[in-house]
Amino acid sequence: MKTKDIVYVALFAALTAVLGLFPPITLPVTGVPVTAQSLGPMLAGAILGARRGGLSIILFLLLVAVGLPLLSGGRGGFGVMMGVTGGFIFGWAISAFVIGLLIEKFWNRLNVINAALSIAFGGIVVLYAIGNAWVAVAADISYWQATVGAAPFLIGDAIKVGIATAACLAVRRSYPLISKAY
Amino acid sequence: MIAGLYIDGQSALHRAAAGAKILAMVALGTGVFLIPDWPVVGFVLATVTLLYPASGFGPRIMWAQIKPILWLLVIFFAVQLWLNDWQSGLLVITRIAAIVMFAALVTLTTKTSDLLASLERAMQPLRPIGVNPEKVSLAISMVLRFIPVIAQVAHEIRDAQRARGLDRSIIAMVVPLIIRTLKMADDVADAIDARSFD
Repeated sequence: MKTKDIVYVALFAALTAVLGLFPPITLPVTGVPVTAQSLGPMLAGAILGARRGGLSIILFLLLVAVGLPLLSGGRGGFGVMMGVTGGFIFGWAISAFVIGLLIEKFWNRLNVINAALSIAFGGIVVLYAIGNAWVAVAADISYWQATVGAAPFLIGDAIKVGIATAACLAVRRSYPLISKAY
Repeated sequence: MIAGLYIDGQSALHRAAAGAKILAMVALGTGVFLIPDWPVVGFVLATVTLLYPASGFGPRIMWAQIKPILWLLVIFFAVQLWLNDWQSGLLVITRIAAIVMFAALVTLTTKTSDLLASLERAMQPLRPIGVNPEKVSLAISMVLRFIPVIAQVAHEIRDAQRARGLDRSIIAMVVPLIIRTLKMADDVADAIDARSFD
């Protein structure tokens, strides 16, 4: 890895931590809190690509694991990561990697539709598959029940897919990184 | 709570090995989540609190550690009170307080350089599978250094967009934040290369 790649990885890990500082927005009617932090893995994958994006989230998770309170709400440590929703936290690294892989694949003909589908696949389908499986095991419920329980969070994640898509396309126009490296 | 918070001292905790303190932090963080009773977690919190004067820190420093999360603790307690009962509320907040207080104590008594050195040592066995511990250390110290910097940039962008009436738009916030972060990364990488890190 070149120095520049290491710096990108580090600064996107820091950016993910900073996104956790924004206060969560509570959705009307359902009352589900939406944090800006889960934008971090989507942005890391969509802007840095699979390898650097995945590594930057692994780096972020490493710092959370040693006990730094970098998760939104000032949480951190192994306790949070091993908790009922741990799958959604570990899943971020895989989610960023998958998003990066798809965005790289579509890079030369990236548009709103394939960018949004790439981010939605990695950020929702893959992430929820891992997260729901973890919840099902930890809380001793069926996979289907876990999926139903996670459903209210889909609204917030759909909004984040939209934001990440717009950001990915805007950054691709003004500051493209993936084409330089691949 | 993130970096540059080391306060010099001669206590037992100051002299303890960084690796041992990290392990203790991980053990405590995991332990309090395995304990389902708030009086036991409360006892852990009391012990952690007593470690502050034992390490030469007064109430002012102690207050500074807990103050930023105080409002969160109030919210978490209220949510638990609403969903379950006051016992679960106390459990949740004593848990968080114990972890945060201990993590802060480790930060206060350990030089960042010592923490990174022990992490680097722990990663040496991973060298054959392509992990370069020096590069990982560099990346870690950069994250810690740049969280406050990027937070400051985010603050500036929010002020700037507010002046344009765009403070409700998340995209108007996120895109400049990413671009400024990437620009900063390029400058930092040039600075590191100029000092022949590789």
